[in-house]
Amino acid sequence: MNFLRNFLDKQKPKFEKGGKLSKLHSVFTGFESFLFVPNETTSGGAHIRDAVDLKRTMIVVVLALVPALLFGMYNVGYQNALATGSIESLSGLFCNGLFELFFYGLCKVLPMIVVSYVVGLGIEFAVAQIKGHEINEGFLVSGLLIPMIMPVEAPLWMVGLSTAFAVIIGKEIFGGTGMNIWNPALLARAFFFFSYPSQISGDKVWIASDTVDAISKATPLSEMAQGQPLTYSVADLFWGFVPGSVGETSAFCILIGAVILLLTNVASWRTMLSVFAGGFLMAWAFESVSQVSALHQLLMGGFMFGAVFMATDPVTSAQTNTGKIIYGLLIGAMAIIIRCINPGYPEGMMLAILLMNTFAPLIDWFVVQSNIKRRLKRAKAIAH
Amino acid sequence: MSKVIKLTKGLDIKLNGKAEKVVQPQGTITRCALKPTDFRALVPKLVVKVGDEVKAGDVLFTDKAHPEIKFTSPVSGTVEEIKRGERRKLLEVVVKADSETRYREFEKANVQSLSREELIQRLLESGLWPTLKQRPYDIIASPESMPKAIFVSAFDTAPLAPDYDVILNGQEKDLQTGLDCLAKLCGRKVNLNLQADTPSTSLFTKLQNVEINYFKGKHPAGNAGIQINRLNPINKGEIVWVVNVQDVALIGRLFNEGRFDARKIVAIAGSEISKPMYYHSILGASVRDMLAGKLKNQTEERIISGNVLTGTNVEQNGFLGFYDNLLTVIPEGNHYEFLGWAAPGFNKFSASKLFPSFLCPKKHYTLDTNFHGERRAFVVSGQYEQVFPMDIYPVYLLKAILAQDIDRMEQLGIYEVAPEDMALCEFVCTSKTPVQQIVNEGIELMMKETN
Repeated sequence: MNFLRNFLDKQKPKFEKGGKLSKLHSVFTGFESFLFVPNETTSGGAHIRDAVDLKRTMIVVVLALVPALLFGMYNVGYQNALATGSIESLSGLFCNGLFELFFYGLCKVLPMIVVSYVVGLGIEFAVAQIKGHEINEGFLVSGLLIPMIMPVEAPLWMVGLSTAFAVIIGKEIFGGTGMNIWNPALLARAFFFFSYPSQISGDKVWIASDTVDAISKATPLSEMAQGQPLTYSVADLFWGFVPGSVGETSAFCILIGAVILLLTNVASWRTMLSVFAGGFLMAWAFESVSQVSALHQLLMGGFMFGAVFMATDPVTSAQTNTGKIIYGLLIGAMAIIIRCINPGYPEGMMLAILLMNTFAPLIDWFVVQSNIKRRLKRAKAIAH
Repeated sequence: MSKVIKLTKGLDIKLNGKAEKVVQPQGTITRCALKPTDFRALVPKLVVKVGDEVKAGDVLFTDKAHPEIKFTSPVSGTVEEIKRGERRKLLEVVVKADSETRYREFEKANVQSLSREELIQRLLESGLWPTLKQRPYDIIASPESMPKAIFVSAFDTAPLAPDYDVILNGQEKDLQTGLDCLAKLCGRKVNLNLQADTPSTSLFTKLQNVEINYFKGKHPAGNAGIQINRLNPINKGEIVWVVNVQDVALIGRLFNEGRFDARKIVAIAGSEISKPMYYHSILGASVRDMLAGKLKNQTEERIISGNVLTGTNVEQNGFLGFYDNLLTVIPEGNHYEFLGWAAPGFNKFSASKLFPSFLCPKKHYTLDTNFHGERRAFVVSGQYEQVFPMDIYPVYLLKAILAQDIDRMEQLGIYEVAPEDMALCEFVCTSKTPVQQIVNEGIELMMKETN
């Protein structure tokens, strides 16, 4: 890789202050540090540093998303084929057309991913350059999450617009990665949801269609919301052969991601587990209202995806260990409450997480305050 | 009754080049230096000038705020150089050593027959007072203050740290005298803390007039700050003194021999040392003299006075720090690495589980000084808590310091931490936050505001 290094070293002066391309300094260092871990050494403080960095952390999250993403692409093709009648049922699923179905989904989903990354990273690069800081890795994950929580029929311009909203209003105005209050990907979805509700809810957006006519099919959530009996089995929900947002349908693939995140300790088990616990308890309590079993509730819609990939975002979640448990329990419970009681929105996960994002600092405040009180009590005990 | 305290949090960084438990004679040390920069918040007042003759124990500089606190020459000889930095800041007072050390005579004395004031007086005169450090703030103890306890840690858990059983072997008498002196200074037994698996043959188990407790756990279990937090935590307005165990022996020697005999045993360790071992040396010894013939000379090196987490970067022409019993030499890491964040990284060490290192907990590593990434905002949470065994929320404390919120810093425990206690937080940080520097700034701010 020496020739690449030499090439970069030769180009570097052009991007330094006073160089011809100094306006692209952030972009250059962004790419350079992507290709090569910098040669910077420690000065002051600890002389050795842990090998981990934010790039490594983020790339693991991306890896954990891949199973759900690949299945999502496949499912887009499968749902389309099922709805148009070119295959009949689950039987014979893996025998014929596996690749075609996947390829169909890939063609539908890839443009969404490209739009999300181009818009988001473009803004990140521009802001980094204006503010003169380095490009942060945070969007590597957000950029993939956004298409995964959109319906496949979401218009691309809308994906782009909501991404731009999330990155600018949700992140950059607060100071970039690490400073944001709300999960950027969910903020993108929320923006979309409230601005163009007809394009992201109802029965006509979940199945990819090649004609002008949308294909109408109820998701498990909308069946529940309309008080109909569920037509999807637990197995369908677990493996993910149901209509829904691109990446959210397969509980199995999401669990693979969860295992990756938990084994590498990138996501907090406290948050993840307590979201499930809170959700299960509330779903069980509401079984008579919703007429849906607690297990169905957890497997339906975006609950699993939100619990594993969204609630555990370290920046927007509670930061203290005790806080994480409270935060998780409340997300789980709140998501089910919104699903069961609110007549307007069939899904509650997005709003539950965004709501608890808002309250996470407050939860932490109480936890830290109790630590302070403990310390004061200790002082008093000695004084007496 | 001694307790065994188990710490579940912490991290042992296993580095190559641990000193073999053999004490070797040192070649001649030709120069020694005292560095005012070794002492937090010290404004020195120079007493000597270049060319002055000094004996071991003669004053080189004093503390401007407390002129009674003196810093004395560890060797006899001529003041060779007074090195200054930016804005004429005093950096080093270098003494060229005589071949035979001449000592300034302080009388021999029985510690028991001296009053507390007389003990303090002798420590101040001899230049040994600065070995007494106070918490909060990790600064030289004030002679007017009365500590509620004195803590001595008899073990060090930092990477490549020396084994004090090796260092102090044969110095039991001086150690005992030193501990007796400290006990008299605070009016109660000294808290001596040992590692949980210390064998009963260890010299430390035979010491008298001490309250022994045992600590079990990973680094920073050996840090006095952690031990204080567990046994006798510091509340607002309280003071605890901390003394390094080898310095306790120096104090004992002052009374037993009537001299400031600053000879100590220092471990020279690290992956770039050909035969890491313990060597007879002296306080403030020249690094060049200490390392003569011991380097592997394979690569560019970083020479650290102290351990790799908290030590100071010294060059070949630098000097051993006042409080340090270890000289570490590791490779510099000023190289690029192609897609280093994506490669599996079998030779890299990480406390996270993102590198294979967590699968082989017994493996030892050769780590260099590469920064391994770039500075970022706080992103990952829960990381510091895993290596910081105090009931304190480290990130919240750091944020309070960054916001310069004095009340909040006080509430969140600034009195209980020294930068060294949080050095592991800095090591593990994904965002490469300069934790120790922030704590330093916090301590400076507290001292300024609460003066």
